[in-house]
Amino acid sequence: MSRAIEFLFRRRGGKGWHWTDIVTWIWLIVGLFVMFGPAVWLTASSFKSPAALAEFPPTILPYVTQKVTVEGYDKPLDLYTVTLDDGSTATLAEIRRIGTVSQMIDPDKPAEIVKVNIAKRTPVRQMSFATENYTEPFIHFDFVRYLWNSVFVTVTATLITLVVNSMAAFALSKYEFRGRTFAMLLILATLMVPLSVIMVPLYSIVSALGLFNNLWGVILPTVATPTGVFILRQYMLTIPDELLDAARMDKASEWQIYWRIILPLTAPALAVLAIFSVVWRWNDFLWPLIVLSRKELYTLQVGLSIYSGELNVQWHFILAMTVVTMIPVVLVFLFLQRFITTGIAGTGLK
Amino acid sequence: MAEISRQTSQRRAGQNLGDMAMVPVRLAMGLIDAPLRWVQKTFGLGGMAAFFLLPNMLIFGIFVLLPFFINFAYSMTGGTALFLSDRSFVGSDQYARLFDCSNYLNPNTCAEDTFWTAVSNTGWFVILQVTLMIGFSLVTALILNRDLMARSFWRAVFFFPVLLSPVVVGLIWKWILQRQGLLNFGLYGFGFEPHVWLTDRNWAFAATVGVSIWAHMGFYTLIILAGLQAIPKDLYEAAEMDGTRAMRVFTRITLPLLMPNLLVVIVLVLIRAVQIFDEVYVLTGGGPGTSTLFVTQYIYETGFAAQLRNPGLAAAASILMGLVLVLLTLMQLGLSRSSEKKGARK
Amino acid sequence: MGHIKLTNITKSFGAIDVIHGINLEIADGELIVFVGPSGCGKSTLLRMIAGLEKPTGGELLIDGTLVNNMPASDRGLAMVFQSYALYPHMSVRQNLAFGLENSKMPKGEIDTRITEAARMLEIEHYLDRRPGQLSGGQRQRVAIGRAIVRRPVAFLLDEPLSNLDAELRGSTRAELAALHARLSATMIYVTHDQIEAMTLADRIVVLRAGRIEQVGTPMELYNTPANRFVAGFIGSPHMNFLEGTVEASSSAKAIATFTGGNRLELPVAGESIGNGARITLGVRPQHISIGSGTEGIPARITLVEALGSETIVHTDVSGQKILVVAPGQHNLIPGTDIRLSLSEAPLHLFNEKGLRLEHAV
Repeated sequence: MSRAIEFLFRRRGGKGWHWTDIVTWIWLIVGLFVMFGPAVWLTASSFKSPAALAEFPPTILPYVTQKVTVEGYDKPLDLYTVTLDDGSTATLAEIRRIGTVSQMIDPDKPAEIVKVNIAKRTPVRQMSFATENYTEPFIHFDFVRYLWNSVFVTVTATLITLVVNSMAAFALSKYEFRGRTFAMLLILATLMVPLSVIMVPLYSIVSALGLFNNLWGVILPTVATPTGVFILRQYMLTIPDELLDAARMDKASEWQIYWRIILPLTAPALAVLAIFSVVWRWNDFLWPLIVLSRKELYTLQVGLSIYSGELNVQWHFILAMTVVTMIPVVLVFLFLQRFITTGIAGTGLK
Repeated sequence: MAEISRQTSQRRAGQNLGDMAMVPVRLAMGLIDAPLRWVQKTFGLGGMAAFFLLPNMLIFGIFVLLPFFINFAYSMTGGTALFLSDRSFVGSDQYARLFDCSNYLNPNTCAEDTFWTAVSNTGWFVILQVTLMIGFSLVTALILNRDLMARSFWRAVFFFPVLLSPVVVGLIWKWILQRQGLLNFGLYGFGFEPHVWLTDRNWAFAATVGVSIWAHMGFYTLIILAGLQAIPKDLYEAAEMDGTRAMRVFTRITLPLLMPNLLVVIVLVLIRAVQIFDEVYVLTGGGPGTSTLFVTQYIYETGFAAQLRNPGLAAAASILMGLVLVLLTLMQLGLSRSSEKKGARK
Repeated sequence: MGHIKLTNITKSFGAIDVIHGINLEIADGELIVFVGPSGCGKSTLLRMIAGLEKPTGGELLIDGTLVNNMPASDRGLAMVFQSYALYPHMSVRQNLAFGLENSKMPKGEIDTRITEAARMLEIEHYLDRRPGQLSGGQRQRVAIGRAIVRRPVAFLLDEPLSNLDAELRGSTRAELAALHARLSATMIYVTHDQIEAMTLADRIVVLRAGRIEQVGTPMELYNTPANRFVAGFIGSPHMNFLEGTVEASSSAKAIATFTGGNRLELPVAGESIGNGARITLGVRPQHISIGSGTEGIPARITLVEALGSETIVHTDVSGQKILVVAPGQHNLIPGTDIRLSLSEAPLHLFNEKGLRLEHAV
């Protein structure tokens, strides 16, 4: 173990510890907690019952007070460990509490009532995962719908993005035609027109097209991404033109060249764009918030924000649904992180 | 992207596309082929280029360019009607209203006081955000650029929040900063009284800055790290041969060579900070009061959410914001071009 | 089948004319080689025949049909590219099948053709590999295979050997020649390497700056180059050129003075060139013999390259470099003065414009 630590903290060139090494490791360890801690804390909290969530100070793991059903009492009673007057301890169930005195019974001998000062009893706690936080919203609220809407928007928008952007990138990288530079500049210029600048008129256009309160109204404005066209075009430029000529000699039509030659060869760039698009569309918030006003059309992000903004926030459900919303992104992070980080370092897009 | 091994991934992807049961896709593609061959025959390669470009340009024109131009018209009309044809022309009234202030430094003296509150909030937010963001990501990048054990793991640690949705980010921190939250628990351990952070004007504002740094820092760290790794190693070795002290190496070698990269990052942070909305909207909703109300939220609420919607005013405000963004983007393009030139000279 | 005719073909890219009126007739079954320095337009010419570029002017006929506006896919030609242009994401079999599938050929027929071509080219064992897993030579065979399975009207080969190493290039060249003999199909072969042109061609087309310099069999080009450019381009090492002025001429001969005051009697019909005209004498290095006495042109040895089978001698004739290739091994030392004899050499004479002057009979 100490060898492992030694190895982990090894110094470049095996020299002694420099102050920068200490700063480095403090920074990294603190970073580990600050970056992962909040999400871990949220996930841990999502398994707590509403009662446990209201506790202060909170516990890290979800505990609930153990209950017992006793003959003659309708409701299950809370169990406590009690220090009796003679110094021995016993496990008793509480019937009621008056001031600082608690009336308790032994579950095995329900007839005998013992009076105990509340300072002398501690609840019997057991770990319990409140999985109903997860199941309830799906059964009683619309979260299945929201989940479905989010998945539909993400998958459809990503597919359209891939097809439409790759077609444009193909035209812009492999054909000579009048206005090509103009088209490129036009696409470049849109980088300067983010949604927040055009949301008012865009809303009127989407309404005029009858796409208000329609998932397609969320999908369509997002699919012609300039960044997507860019990375695909950059990649397609590296595919040799002779390959296209060879396909033309092989009687392939231009459309066949696109989908049988260019698309498969652009797969690595398409994969990067697909990952980004999934994360973008899954996380989209402002635009769906504007376009979708009917409850059954909400995406997860909109649904979550609306529910969390209500006066009486049901945190146990919100937390669980936040975890559900996080899952795809965490999966992407776990398995495709390398793709994304190299993608960003290479192109500077997000 | 350069790191993606072209050969192997091509092969894998080729198998996926080619060998997977893609019968319906193949069928569809085949069906499209016949009419497209006709297009190709009739209009030639130029026609095909137009065909390939068309869907993108169409979507693009309808959902980006058209609204962009309509926006100007919108900003010169009044009333609550949605469609431009139903709106009355008011000229520059909306702009006049936005700028109707007796003292620009005090939002309360303005006719549209929430706008100026939002502007001043955004201004402060941008200033704090840029300085702190650059500071944190630079330090993190420098640390990650050292000869570390498991560097890709540590890089991933700082990158993790970047992928989270703004709503999730907002909720995570709302949960931590609430009365029974983790932060109060931690401070309680040190003997502090629990505090309701998000109902305190100053703390709420600080929270918006801190949370958005937390959420986006990893992204900028990556870009700066890429810049650091592009600095040739032999420069450091030469400095070491000369016995240069670490601090001097940083100020005389690292910083000057990183500068073009850093400038681009600064502008990127600026562009994003000006548009801040999502996570703040979930975290504080702009409150308490208007203490965390930013310009995008002002536009959103004026245009959509307020009792008395005023799309014209919202459009005017969005054009002003767009103007700032265009300036910043041009700055970024200029910067990255000049840094490219410098790179070529090297 | 495979008869290609070019009439006044021109091509310009924007304002730049790259091909200036090419007239050429390629017979069925002929192996014709386009050769010339890079930028001479040989690849553009090939791509126009292929249908990958459109001629700006002129007529292109394949088997009597005007194909100027016919897309590449309908011309029935097959092409082997310099980079092979194999589809990297398809197996060798799929590469061979792609073109056949596109022409809606039945599956059984496709399989037969692939098997046949694979056997012919000895690539049966690689059929399920991808191009990335093959060596350069194997890829080259697959590229040829992809053309063969199409049973094209004509094969177009664009510098097919230039990506192979020297040894492989030699053996593949021989195989290509054998393949042509076996398929007896029209082949148009583009190269910048005159050795490939000489060894493979039925006829060679020498191109320069978008114009045909000469068309002929390899031996015609070697023995009677039409101009100075062809003379210098064909043959290795290059032909030696000596600039001179005609002093006296008769119907059967002319006497000219060359650099350093060397006077030579030349077998040329002298009336056509007046006294005082500038001419160029060309002699191949292999045709010059080294003498010692007082006969011939005095020269000084500057460098000796002994290759074993032959010796390349660099000499200096009054400031001008003359190369001599002498068969066998010679003990020559740089700095020695020798005599060069042209008595048995076929002499090539070119006028001021570089055009060949015919010998007097």
